[in-house]
Amino acid sequence: MFMAQLTKEQQDAYWQKTSRLMWTIMILWFFFSFVVHFFAVQLNNIVIFGFPLGFYMAAQGSLISYVVLCFWNASAQNRIDEEFGVAED
Amino acid sequence: MAYRIGTGGFVANLGKIYAGYTGGFIGFTILLAIAEQMGVPNKIIGYAFVFLTIFVYAYIGFLSRTMEISEYYVAGRVVPAFYNGMATGADWMSAASFISMAGGLYLGGYNAIGYVLGWTGGYVLVGILLAPYLRKFGQFTVPDFLGVRYAGNTARICGVIVLFCASFTYIVAQTFGIGIITSRFLGIPFELAIFAGLVGILVCSMLGGMRAVTWTQVAQYIILIIAYLTPVVWLSTKRYGIPIPELTYGQALQQITELEAKLGIVRHHVAPFTDAKGAFSWTEFHNFWALVLCLMVGTASLPHILMRYFTTPSVREARSSVGWSIFFIFLLYFTAPAYAAFAKLEVYSNVIGQPIASLPAWVQNWSQVAGMLTIKDANGDGILQLAEFTINQDIIVLSMPEIAGLPYVISGLVAAGGLAAALSTADGLLLAIANALSHDIYYKLIDPKASTARRLVVARTLLVAVALIAAAVAGTRPSGIIQMVAWAFSLAAAGLFAPLVLGIWWKRTTSVGAIVGMMAGFGVCLFYLIATRYFDMPLWFGIRNISSALFGLPVAFGVTWIVSLMTTPPSKEMQDFVDSIRTPKGAVAFTAGQAHE
Repeated sequence: MFMAQLTKEQQDAYWQKTSRLMWTIMILWFFFSFVVHFFAVQLNNIVIFGFPLGFYMAAQGSLISYVVLCFWNASAQNRIDEEFGVAED
Repeated sequence: MAYRIGTGGFVANLGKIYAGYTGGFIGFTILLAIAEQMGVPNKIIGYAFVFLTIFVYAYIGFLSRTMEISEYYVAGRVVPAFYNGMATGADWMSAASFISMAGGLYLGGYNAIGYVLGWTGGYVLVGILLAPYLRKFGQFTVPDFLGVRYAGNTARICGVIVLFCASFTYIVAQTFGIGIITSRFLGIPFELAIFAGLVGILVCSMLGGMRAVTWTQVAQYIILIIAYLTPVVWLSTKRYGIPIPELTYGQALQQITELEAKLGIVRHHVAPFTDAKGAFSWTEFHNFWALVLCLMVGTASLPHILMRYFTTPSVREARSSVGWSIFFIFLLYFTAPAYAAFAKLEVYSNVIGQPIASLPAWVQNWSQVAGMLTIKDANGDGILQLAEFTINQDIIVLSMPEIAGLPYVISGLVAAGGLAAALSTADGLLLAIANALSHDIYYKLIDPKASTARRLVVARTLLVAVALIAAAVAGTRPSGIIQMVAWAFSLAAAGLFAPLVLGIWWKRTTSVGAIVGMMAGFGVCLFYLIATRYFDMPLWFGIRNISSALFGLPVAFGVTWIVSLMTTPPSKEMQDFVDSIRTPKGAVAFTAGQAHE
């Protein structure tokens, strides 16, 4: 049944690509959730449209990055699925 | 409504149906605005908003009634990504987000932004680590996954225990919030208001389970987002001429900083990690990160959120649904700091330093509500000093329409929004608890031969029972809303995150490893929470107990890892099962002896 669709090698390659995408997004997530805000005090010295940058990143910037990351993950993973022919019909 | 809810015609016409509904709601609001101008008293307007919206939810709940198991547990798996995103948004945003968060930002400034970050970033983890795989797994509950992956009822029961502790803490907080809103806008005592709110929760979920909750939550999202954005967009337009508050509040921040200097405020609104004296504080620094991490991981562990992704038609839709969820949540969350900034600017420029006799009307109105806003002329000079003015964080959002000088109809709208937020989350939680008890405990453990009708009767009875107990506990006013909610996140994170993530991403995880790790992580978290809260145990490294999972998480992962390596690797069959849930296409390769449907 199921295993007939992919050989062991294909399954491994598929999962390797999927994992790589997961780690890429995880690192970006970590960057926008933590690393940026470690420097909030310093970033606050830069002011754009009245927003101190450190404050802005925590109140809006990181949130925008989360929305982008989630949609990006969905489309990139779909491409991987199609490449290996494991997308749903 | 011409279409039977949940059928093909209904799903195909969702856009039309909800557009009509949104138009109807806006029309209703305008009608009430006209009524207000014609002299209809405020009390009637408040009643109209509360009762009409609850009636609509109840009507959707009634139309969605079902006697089919998969409709009851997972809404028939027909919910498109976009609408599941809206439903998740309502499921997610509770009284804490709607009523308290902007107030917390008002009082805490940058330090409180940890809540904004923590309650959004977790969706990235949901999307990449869990949602698509749980959807592929395709059963009914989160403990179902644990029971199958860790072959046995021990894992299932552990899952139910963690789910129950986290979700119950959370639902008590929601019931508490519903009590506050209902009592304020209906003018009835708090204890009575809780039970009135309870009826509102039950009518949505009892007859139709997940199907009813899903379509009500979409309706509730629409109301709550309109209610949240209206007053702040209005205020932004009034002050700066641009109806995009998220853009204009930068100017408000500048003005606040100038006024802070003038008023001699040392703890600046935009300054990160400050203590009460405005100086950089390592304790605040550490607690900020601890909270952000616990809230994010908690997001990815709370069963009432994860089970929303069981309802999409496919794995692909589950993934994009996570994107829509965070988008709809983002709309409210990136507005909250603007709310706080506008309120603070208004208070600093039009309240502080004014003669007490000539304060704006909203200050007078709210100071009559006990404990919410107090003015004490300590030095007797007739001028209001900063130290003489205190405001409760829970009224910032509710009083915003008056701060902005808007008609009372907007106050009613905001109350309806707050109610929608609290009801939708309470419904999702209630269903998560009742489903785990009826499906995982009753059906899987006690009576696997139970008929469909009997299972649904049990599910509904438990739903009512859990709701009643939650209301009774909330009636004792155990703690603040935000604090209870944060505990729920920590409990879920420490108990569920490691077994769920490792179960999918590390084939070597063994049943014994997962179970022991789960108990250890959850145990440490629970111990820290109870010992610091009730037995005055000193804090570890100064970390507050709302971030208890900071200690539970590494223990859960570490113990699972070590014990797994010490025990026999999972069977070939189990590894095939993991492979099958990792791949969107094809059947799930259940291991022998695992009942499934």
